[in-house]
Amino acid sequence: MSVRHALLALLSEGPKYGLQLREEFVARTGEVWPLNVGQVYTTLQRLERDGLVESEDGAEPGPQKGYQITAEGERELGEWLRTPPDLSSPPRDELVIKVLVALTVPGTDVHEVIQAHRRYLIELMQQWTRLKEEDGGADVAFALVVDAELFRLDSVVRWLDSADGRLKRAATQAPVGRTNPKLPRRTGARR
Amino acid sequence: MSVLELRQISKVYGEGPAEVHALRGVDLSVDAGMMVAVMGPSGSGKSTLLTISGSLETPTSGEVVVEGVSLSGLSRSAKAQLRRRRLGFVFQDYNLLPGLTAVENVALPLELDGTSARTARRAALAALEELGLPGRADRFPDELSGGERQRVAIARAVVGERRLLLADEPSGALDSAAGETVMRMIHAACNRGVAAVLVTHDAQLASWADRVIFLRDGQVADQTRPPHGPESLLAKEPSQ
Repeated sequence: MSVRHALLALLSEGPKYGLQLREEFVARTGEVWPLNVGQVYTTLQRLERDGLVESEDGAEPGPQKGYQITAEGERELGEWLRTPPDLSSPPRDELVIKVLVALTVPGTDVHEVIQAHRRYLIELMQQWTRLKEEDGGADVAFALVVDAELFRLDSVVRWLDSADGRLKRAATQAPVGRTNPKLPRRTGARR
Repeated sequence: MSVLELRQISKVYGEGPAEVHALRGVDLSVDAGMMVAVMGPSGSGKSTLLTISGSLETPTSGEVVVEGVSLSGLSRSAKAQLRRRRLGFVFQDYNLLPGLTAVENVALPLELDGTSARTARRAALAALEELGLPGRADRFPDELSGGERQRVAIARAVVGERRLLLADEPSGALDSAAGETVMRMIHAACNRGVAAVLVTHDAQLASWADRVIFLRDGQVADQTRPPHGPESLLAKEPSQ
C-alpha cells in the first residue's frame, strides 16, 4: 500500500490538513491499515519536495497546516492508478519452497506438511470472515479489503489442494520404491 | 447439548475386491448454534458423512445420534418423520419442486408432516421474510434467480422447528456475492440455535464455520483450532 499515492488521492478531492488526511486515510481503508501521524507528515514533506503537493504559504508545520495537490501531482496519481503492480515474475514464495523442500527431507510426509499450512490458512480466513460478518457489509471499503485478503488466502489454499492431488497421483505412478518423482526437482531447477 | 453426534461411523460400499471404505471410524459432535464445515478432496467421504448424518443412508457400523436419539433404533417411518420435523437439507442444485411456488415449496415439509395448510403457509411466509424474500413468495422457481432459489431452499430447510441443517456445497453455482448472502443466512440460522454441517471444497465458504474438519480417505485427518480474536489481523503497518 502506497501512503504517498493514497495521500495524493485524498488531496485530489480538495485541500486538506495533515490531521484530516490521516483520519480519512484510516477510514477509507476500512480501518485495516493504521497510520501514525508522523508517517503522514514525512510523506507530505517528500511530496512537497517533489512538487506533487504544495502547502499554505507561511503556515507552521503541524496538524493544522493545509496542503493541496499540484497539476504534476494529479498527473502522477492518474499514472499510478493505471499502472498494474508488478505481478509478472513468480514471487519467491516461502510456502512453495517449504513444500518443495518437504519432498526432499527424509522421513517427511509432504501431505502432512501441506495440511499444516492448509489448516493455518483456513484459520486465518475464519478470522477475516468473522470481521466481515461482524461488520454486516455496512462498510464497503472494509468489505473490499477483507475480500481481497480472503481471495488471496483462498488462492493459496487452492494451490495446496492442487499440489496435494498432484503429488498423490505422482506417487501412484512412480516406480516401486521411488517416493520422490522428478517433478519437484525440475520445478526447483527452473526457479 | 449436541444436536448431532457421530460415534465411530464407518461405511463400506461393495464387497470383496470391489470394497470401498468411504468412512472409517469418524467421530463428530455438533452443538446447537454451531456451524461445522467438512472439507476434503473428492472421494474423501464428505458427502457420505452428510447423508449418514441426515439418515438418508445407514452406516455399516457406528452410531448416529440426533438430539439425543439414536437413529439405529428408529423405524423407517420414524426416520422419515425426523427428517420432516428436525432436519433440513440444502443442496447445490436447490432441489425445489418446479410446479410449486416459493412459499409452497417452503411449506411442503410442514404440510407433509400434518400441519394445516394455513399454519404451514404462515410459517413459510415468516421464513421467507426472514431470508429477505417476502415479495417473491408466490413466484415459481424458474421465475427466481439462482441466489433467490437457494434462499428459498434455506427457508425450507429451517422452517418450523428444525434443529439440524445439512448443506452440500450450498453456494456452488452462485457468484461470490450471492454465495456470501447464502452463508449469512445459514449463519443467522445458527445464531437462532440451529446446528449446521456444511460440506464444501470451497475455503471461503468453510471460513464461515466455527470449526472446520478435514477428511482424508474416510478419516478425520485434522481440524481447525478455536479461532483467535480477529483484532490480531488489524495491526499491520502500511509501507511508505
